[in-house]
Amino acid sequence: MSTTAQATANAAVNSPTAKPSSPGLVRRVLRRPAAVIATAWLALLLLATTAAPLFTAHDPLSQDLDNVLSGPSGSHLLGTDVLGRDLLSRLLFGGRSTLGAVVEALTVYLLIGVTLGLLAGYRGGWVDWVTTRVADMMFAMPPIIIVLVVLAVFPGNLHAAMITFGILGAPGLMRVLRAQTLTIREELFIAAAKVAGLTHGQILRRHVLPRMASTIIVQGALFSAIVVIIQAGLGYLGLGAQPPDPSWGGLVADASQAIDRDPWMLVPAGVPLVLTVVALALLGDAIRDAAVEKWSVSKASSGPDKAKAKAAAAPADAGSEAPLPPDPQALLSVRGLTIEIGGTRVVDGVSLDVAPGETVGLVGESGCGKSVTSLGVLGLIPGGGRITAGSVVFDGVEVSGSRDAMAAIRGTGIAYVSQEPMVALDPTYPVGRQLAEAVHTHRGGSREEARKRAVELLDSVHIPNPEAVARRYPHQLSGGMAQRVAIALALAGEPRLLIADEPTTALDVTVQAEILGLLRELQERTGMAVLIVTHDWGVVADLCRRAVVMYAGQVVEQADVEPMFARPMHPYTAGLMAANPHKAVWGEPLPTIPGAVPAPRDWPHGCRFAARCDLATDACRADAVALTEPQAGRLTRCIHVQSLIEEGSLR
Amino acid sequence: MAILRLVVRRLLSSIPLLFVVSAFTFVLVSLVPGDPARTIVGQHATEAQYDDVRARLGLDDSLPAQYWHWLRGVLHGDLGASLFTGEPVAQMLNTRLPVSLSLIVTGTIVSGIIGVSLGVLSARRGGALVRTVDVLSLVGLAVPAFWLALVLIALFAVKLRWLPVTGYVPFADDPTEWARSLVLPVVSMSVSSVAIIAKQTRDSVLDTMSRDFIRVMEANGFRQRSILYRHVLRNAALPVVTVLGVVMVSLLAGAVFVETIFALPGLGGETSSATVQHDIPVIQGVVLYVTGVVVVVNLLVDLAYGRLDPRVRAA
Repeated sequence: MSTTAQATANAAVNSPTAKPSSPGLVRRVLRRPAAVIATAWLALLLLATTAAPLFTAHDPLSQDLDNVLSGPSGSHLLGTDVLGRDLLSRLLFGGRSTLGAVVEALTVYLLIGVTLGLLAGYRGGWVDWVTTRVADMMFAMPPIIIVLVVLAVFPGNLHAAMITFGILGAPGLMRVLRAQTLTIREELFIAAAKVAGLTHGQILRRHVLPRMASTIIVQGALFSAIVVIIQAGLGYLGLGAQPPDPSWGGLVADASQAIDRDPWMLVPAGVPLVLTVVALALLGDAIRDAAVEKWSVSKASSGPDKAKAKAAAAPADAGSEAPLPPDPQALLSVRGLTIEIGGTRVVDGVSLDVAPGETVGLVGESGCGKSVTSLGVLGLIPGGGRITAGSVVFDGVEVSGSRDAMAAIRGTGIAYVSQEPMVALDPTYPVGRQLAEAVHTHRGGSREEARKRAVELLDSVHIPNPEAVARRYPHQLSGGMAQRVAIALALAGEPRLLIADEPTTALDVTVQAEILGLLRELQERTGMAVLIVTHDWGVVADLCRRAVVMYAGQVVEQADVEPMFARPMHPYTAGLMAANPHKAVWGEPLPTIPGAVPAPRDWPHGCRFAARCDLATDACRADAVALTEPQAGRLTRCIHVQSLIEEGSLR
Repeated sequence: MAILRLVVRRLLSSIPLLFVVSAFTFVLVSLVPGDPARTIVGQHATEAQYDDVRARLGLDDSLPAQYWHWLRGVLHGDLGASLFTGEPVAQMLNTRLPVSLSLIVTGTIVSGIIGVSLGVLSARRGGALVRTVDVLSLVGLAVPAFWLALVLIALFAVKLRWLPVTGYVPFADDPTEWARSLVLPVVSMSVSSVAIIAKQTRDSVLDTMSRDFIRVMEANGFRQRSILYRHVLRNAALPVVTVLGVVMVSLLAGAVFVETIFALPGLGGETSSATVQHDIPVIQGVVLYVTGVVVVVNLLVDLAYGRLDPRVRAA
């Protein structure tokens, strides 16, 4: 019965993700020069302190009062202290107590932190509640104060101090591991392991703990670094090893006694301490980076995929037709716009026009590049992307090349409304002040005038009681209200073109209709043009005169709305229209286009829609398909357009 | 009015912390090996003197009764007397608190200004400044304040003689000397704070700059300067304020070392000397004072949050 579950569980055990501490991690860590140096220093230190007599001929306690504060010399490599004792020897023997302290504190830290972290994350409920509360409380107090209390009660007992410090540090580890356990617990293979009859202990030990190994090592390294400093600090205060026994903190205290006579001693007393902490921190960073690298390598592409992406990009260049010159009649004229994000092409030679006062729909599924195209027009490409080719002409002026020209048209020439109204406004200011700032930026004038105009704007988008709403914060508005405010904000500069990126997607259906009505009304009243990004044909039919359909970064069809609805000339357009839920027939399944939009790096060589298209033939996949104009005013990127036209006329 | 309610609620919610910390300290102290009464009266006291001290310390009562007795004393401002000097603990710590406060407040302000500026600049400019912040945070972690303090003394006080080696001049006596006496302590404490604040500020600014409303403002032609200074900074300030609170408390811990080195008569220096002398009543008092400072700092953080974020204000 449980054979499949068992198999899944076994697969989970054997899968590489279950063992991040495989030799691969060590090798990846040691590929980093900083990590190699850090490891070498720590190894040398470990060796030199544990085998101190092999490294130094001097006894750490033997005094030589004729030779105090000698500075480095042949017989005393690091010099001597105020009593003429050899500093190298005191450093190495003193390192033993540091090592002991780290071992003690780290053991307690790991035992408590790992146990409670796993328990709180895995069990949840009251166990989680109690441990989290206690941890929060322990976080509030500075640990050094508590350690001093312990030392006041148990004089000179450094073991007690270090155990206490381990306890006080543990909540930090607990929190990190608790969060990770929560995530892992939700994952599928744990469920599978449970079905396979493993006990909770086995699940935690075999499946959860190994995944967290790198986190535990990183946190442990950082904690050790702090222990080294704290232990030295206690030693400095005279609370550690008692004189004449050497300790690193004691060395610093000795150095402070001689500071006006010979500051050299500060160097051997402090530099090894600093280097040790740096080494532990760098090692921790390297392990974390190596662990992250593994995740991103397994997720993202390595060599072969990149090659494929290049192969896809090259013929696209050959296939992309030389765009026509910009339309002088158009308000906005985009030609051959090509955008890359992180070296990957996400928008590929898009051309479109918006005439003054016209409403144009930019249609397609998520991931087709509609939003990036609209942001590209504004010169605001997310994720560090950039325009690599093409031009954007607004009102006869080329703006795509120039940062300043782009900035000059934003707000007054082109304004923008985004998809999520609830996050489109600054949460920390009343909406009226944000509107007033926009008004003031674009029209100048006094603050009072700007404030008045802000209220007028709220009124113009039909917000009831605009004076009161102006004083509200964004979180006090409903989604529909917030979108009206966002539209008012876009209107502040009296733009000639409004780009609205899915302005109704995040809203309730009734509110959607109101917002669409508002947009139509505003457009009629002000005569501004609108470029509306949407995947909803209802919106297109409602508002637009023309539609531009995008697929996988390209324009695949462009036409006036009515003829397009009557006879789509691209199979993708036809498929999208058929999948429109507004046209669903009761009792019949909603038709869908099988498959999904390919990711930009996976764009095929030939027609990008071929994999999902009923009409696709070998010819479609052979070469990049050009945009053609089979009828006046209609553009399509399909080699089977004639058969589509004929099929349509038969219907 | 809402602010007042927030203050009251915060103070009420800090009662468990005060209770737990004091109870913990008390129980811990009761574990002191040996007999405190014997320690106080010394080897050569008579049996009557010994019994008297035992009764005065309430050592014959049960532990909860002792705690209750002590707590009542605390509520009446009686924290007992130092075993070492006989001075009342409350009086002793009251004179030391202002010194530590001037140290940690100055430290927080200085490291706040430098840290936030560095963080904003490195978020805006990137490049070399990013490396600087990274290196600084490594240095801040690795260079212990007590060693840095000594290096600074060796350089600026002993060799160059620009600043006093040690000692403290009260503000009321001479503001200039007060400031001069704080320069080296504040600098040696603040390196790690600057690093922590700079890093948090950088992350927070970068995070805020990638948020939707910033893009909407850019797209609608808001001025870059206003976007950065009015909107990004204000939104990025929330996590930075939290870190400022953490820094303030950690400066209090750093004061233990720095006050000892510079011979500043503050709480921190008192903590370390009381620990060395096993002066239990003083240590108990210090813990209470420190907890009090922690509570006040958390309250300040909450109030700042309320000022900055309208959503917190409403909640």
